[in-house]
Amino acid sequence: MHSFVGVGVFRGRVIGPVRHMPPALAEPPVGERLEGSTAPETAAAALKSAGATVKELLQERASRAEGAGKEVLEATALMATDPMLIKAAIKLVNTGTSAERAIWEAGEAVADTLKGLGGYMAERSHDVLDVRSRIVAVLRGVPAPEIPDFAEPFILVAEDLAPADTATLDPSKVIALVTAGGGPQSHTAIIARNLGLPAVVAAAGVTGIADGTQVFVDGATGVVSTDPGAAEHAAVAEWQEKASLLSVFDGSGRLADGTLIPLLANVGGAKDAQEAAAANAQGVGLLRTEFCFLGNSTEPGHADQVAAYKGVFDAFPGKKVVVRTLDAGADKPLPFLTDATEPNPALGVRGYRTDLTTPGVLARQLAAIADAAASSSAEVWVMAPMVSTAAEAADFAALCTAAGLRVPGVMVEVPSAALTARHILDHVEFASLGTNDLTQYAMAADRQLGPLAALNDPWQPAVLALVQATVEGAVSQVKHSASLETTSPKPVGVCGEAAADPALAVVLAGLGVSTLSMTQRALPAVAAVLRTVTLPQARALADRAVAAASAAEARELVRAGLPALAELGL
Amino acid sequence: MIERTATIASTVGLHARPASIFAEAAGAIDAEVTIARAGDPVDEAVDADSMLALMSLGVEHGEVVVLRTGDDTAGEALDALVTILETNHDA
Repeated sequence: MHSFVGVGVFRGRVIGPVRHMPPALAEPPVGERLEGSTAPETAAAALKSAGATVKELLQERASRAEGAGKEVLEATALMATDPMLIKAAIKLVNTGTSAERAIWEAGEAVADTLKGLGGYMAERSHDVLDVRSRIVAVLRGVPAPEIPDFAEPFILVAEDLAPADTATLDPSKVIALVTAGGGPQSHTAIIARNLGLPAVVAAAGVTGIADGTQVFVDGATGVVSTDPGAAEHAAVAEWQEKASLLSVFDGSGRLADGTLIPLLANVGGAKDAQEAAAANAQGVGLLRTEFCFLGNSTEPGHADQVAAYKGVFDAFPGKKVVVRTLDAGADKPLPFLTDATEPNPALGVRGYRTDLTTPGVLARQLAAIADAAASSSAEVWVMAPMVSTAAEAADFAALCTAAGLRVPGVMVEVPSAALTARHILDHVEFASLGTNDLTQYAMAADRQLGPLAALNDPWQPAVLALVQATVEGAVSQVKHSASLETTSPKPVGVCGEAAADPALAVVLAGLGVSTLSMTQRALPAVAAVLRTVTLPQARALADRAVAAASAAEARELVRAGLPALAELGL
Repeated sequence: MIERTATIASTVGLHARPASIFAEAAGAIDAEVTIARAGDPVDEAVDADSMLALMSLGVEHGEVVVLRTGDDTAGEALDALVTILETNHDA
């Protein structure tokens, strides 16, 4: 038996065979020539035939796909035999360039042209590069860089996984994710939590495990072991028993002393909302409205938007639903709103800021939310992403009032908003901490970069101090408020990944956060752990975490004070 | 040589689905057809059966394009292509 230790990002223990994600295709060397014995005509024919093979494969996939995914696959299939692409490649082959290098360069040139056009075309440039890689893979006789297809469920092992890799991930086939790179906020970690798949990231060396080897994966401790024995099989059985205990949330988030901490769900559409309601979520703490917009080259119309929002509201009659207005930009570009050529998209025109460059879209979205709210019994709150100043909060509140929406709020994702919450809350009714972006901005570390995973950790004491500052801002705001009637501070919630970590949820409750919103799969575990501590105990643990010298120390101190974690196998 | 002009009807322009529908239709006819923006030099015309070339042209909704072919018997085929361009495939 050989063991590897990484960072566990979603709990669960399984045993199964390893299947490797084929490595990213290596670029054919610059200047690679046709082999002496190969005639250009033969290479050109091989190139055409490889293109046809890729086209056939993608068309077959398109026939099994639905909706927008089907159209994208159909268009991508056509690219594989596109005359412009193939002619350009054959021209290079005729000058003696190898077929692999020729299609590589021809694809690059087309992709660059599309990128230069921006918007929708720039997005399609990825499809051209995907087709190019597939053609090179066929020419070389190696597997295309995509999730392998096996009948028996398996543990997917990769260097790291990108959104494009996981788009086709089938959770009935993949039983765990293990990556050598990435960090707790990486795409792999987010996907694992959303799908409820046990996952370990940053486990150096796992890419060397032979394909098909049986391994044991523990998503809580981060251990991956080859050739599991009796102890590992027993651990899996024990987990399955505990998992059934941790599988249900009774719909009431509270601490041991009865302090209420409502637990809500993060959802991205009506289907998610129905699942969250079935899992007893106490409302929706974050409705991501991008689902309505992504994949659209133009702004969706009023009636479409109203129907989409109403589908979510109707899943939570009489309950709170917090709608986040469109958060486009950075990793979520939209052709009609965002500029794909910004040098620093994360620091660019994204979230609420798109209202500066493309006014009107936000006002129309708020009007649609208001109409959907009026036709449903959900208690609808609205918040703007990426607000940095009190002036922006005031402008957003005015837009909400104009649309007839009564409870405006802001996301606190930018450190400036956390530090000036006292003034921001003069204009809006609540704040919700988006810990993923708050962490990346506080630490100046891109969420997607594996080497920066240790910085990108919501346990960083600096991030916890910003959460504390936001809650203190709310307390200070109510003290300075002119109104004598209001005695309790305006609510500050958390809707980032941090809320789904049961130990961190205790810290957030101790810091004074009033609601926690998370993927519905995390509700039972978070509820179970919150119920083992009183408010004074949670406060004491929060104080220790904020005062810790490092993220690791904060996590250790809190875990040591929460024996329930080990008892529940978390 | 024969020519036809057409006004792009699809609201997203000659991209995405409209481009793939047009390229497939152009690829299915025997004559070699080129497409260019109205007013652009003839040597900037691109192959009509290449979706990637169509997308690279970046022709938007309402713009006028010129179809050309050296095959003088392909008039009807060109007319069919014009019909495709003047239909809104994104509606």
